[in-house]
Amino acid sequence: MRHGQYRFIAGFLALPLGIYGLFVLWPFVQSIYYSFTDWTGLSPEFKMVGFANYRRMFEDDVFWKSLQHSLLFAVLLPLVTIGLALFLAFMINVGGRRRKGGPAVTGVRGSSFYKIVYFFPQVLSIVIVALLFAFAYNPDSGAINSILRGVGLDGVQPLWLGDPDLALWCVMAVLVWSTVGFFVVLFSAGMASIPADLYEAALLDGAGRAATFFRITLPLLWDTVQSGWVYMGILALGAESFAVVQVMTVGPGGPDYSTTVLTLYVYQTAFRDGQAAYATTIGVALLVVTLAFAAVVMRLGRRERLEY
Amino acid sequence: MKTTETPAPAPLAKVSGDTPPAPRAKREGGVLNVFSHGVLILWAVMVVLPLVWAVMTSFKTDSSIFNSPWALPDRLHFENWGRAWTEADMGDYFFNTLVVVGGSLVGTLVLGSMAAYVLARFEFPGNRFVYYLFVGGMSFPVMLALVPLFYVVNNMGLLNTIHGLILVYIAYSLPFTVFFLTAFFRTLPTSVAEAAFVDGASHSRTFFQIMLPMARPALVSVGIFNFLGQWNQYLLPTVLNTDPDKRVLTQGLVQLAVSQGYKGDWSGLFAGLVMAMLPVLGAYVVFQRQVVAGLTAGAVK
Repeated sequence: MRHGQYRFIAGFLALPLGIYGLFVLWPFVQSIYYSFTDWTGLSPEFKMVGFANYRRMFEDDVFWKSLQHSLLFAVLLPLVTIGLALFLAFMINVGGRRRKGGPAVTGVRGSSFYKIVYFFPQVLSIVIVALLFAFAYNPDSGAINSILRGVGLDGVQPLWLGDPDLALWCVMAVLVWSTVGFFVVLFSAGMASIPADLYEAALLDGAGRAATFFRITLPLLWDTVQSGWVYMGILALGAESFAVVQVMTVGPGGPDYSTTVLTLYVYQTAFRDGQAAYATTIGVALLVVTLAFAAVVMRLGRRERLEY
Repeated sequence: MKTTETPAPAPLAKVSGDTPPAPRAKREGGVLNVFSHGVLILWAVMVVLPLVWAVMTSFKTDSSIFNSPWALPDRLHFENWGRAWTEADMGDYFFNTLVVVGGSLVGTLVLGSMAAYVLARFEFPGNRFVYYLFVGGMSFPVMLALVPLFYVVNNMGLLNTIHGLILVYIAYSLPFTVFFLTAFFRTLPTSVAEAAFVDGASHSRTFFQIMLPMARPALVSVGIFNFLGQWNQYLLPTVLNTDPDKRVLTQGLVQLAVSQGYKGDWSGLFAGLVMAMLPVLGAYVVFQRQVVAGLTAGAVK
């Protein structure tokens, strides 16, 4: 009986754990090991070189540029996205007209419609979104510049993705566009679980909407905001930023490396330049940045947990 | 506080508009209401406009795409869609994606629920360790593992194969799937499984015939989540699947966009883009509730 149980457990775990170990855990461990070698990826031979790759990385201008952009993504994107999403979610859930005898705060009419529509970009592949906006940004015949022409701003025809100073911001805007809806829905769910008596009490005390938001909604939503922040940061440091930058910017990586991010640099170093070991070194740096980011957000955001 | 509220469940919303006592409060509420709606509509337009623009553009001729990006199509050029489907190989990319996602979705759900069931319902040494091994995978950057992964897959002879891609998709979908389903299996009552076991059903029979059907709502949620993620996957196929005949949709679209630089078939590309958008948007509208449940559960780990 007991014996049969262990056999069953082992049997059920073997295959999932085997596949996961082989394709996820093993490469992950290997990459840290490879970062201490001079492996090119092209030939099976390599030797240990100690910290040579790390020294090289610290003197690599492109690395520092990518790091800078990635950090900008990790700090700015969550700030803008979550700020905007909080604002919209508050409008959806608390912005409704107060009905006599009804609850103190209500959602606007059609709140579920807004939530459904806002979520659209989230289900689309980031590649589709990136391709779509690459066209919209086209300086000559793109949708955005032609809107500008349409409203009489003929003189304002930026090159968007072709302008080294603008390209990075254009790419970021696309990520904001595609993720805001997700957070609106997430925060709406959180706001819906805040008890109505708290809002009623605040209204009786004469609190306006801003005060209600900062004194009641935000503190009670803090845990969700914080985990959303970490989630968005990991996303901005990882695969999503790779796809938008790779698809949208020339090079890829933009004019004069103006949009390169760490993930793209890892990819290019490994699969374009044939420097597998150095690529894993940058990958380790990416891991360190990701973990440090999560730790900092968790620490800065620590507050007393509010029970309700 | 609560006693002063009206006990009637239905608030007389329409009548309150005509009652005289609070005209000022109403006007104030009205202004704010207009403001909220204004802002909300503005963002809704900003979300929908690019999508509508894409659909519209997919029915236009190349010259009108360039000369007047916002003009309506002179007529619906369905031939763009036909060209994208056959000449630009969108049909093949669709088929490849369908096979890869179908295979990995089934694999992910079966293997994920097996692991989750064992981790949720049985105590054994190392249970916590295995659980965190799986769940930890949610937070580390895929990019780091990608370089060695390429060589692991290559050494096994699985590079540029559909089944190789399926195995890798399953592996990278397991962390979230195991996390989600373990939480769900913990909530199922133990009595049913125990009764089945007492009646002589084996552990695996109990699992497949009793526990798995009971877990259907969770399987639907996590299934849709994985469907979207795997359908939209770009990074893994880009690295592991470079055979032009085996491209999945996202790769095919990027390839199409690159090659349009030479061929100039922009309308075909837009038709392809819209074609790739429709299944996921459709699936989302139909399974809206489950999609949201699945996706938001991922953020609140």
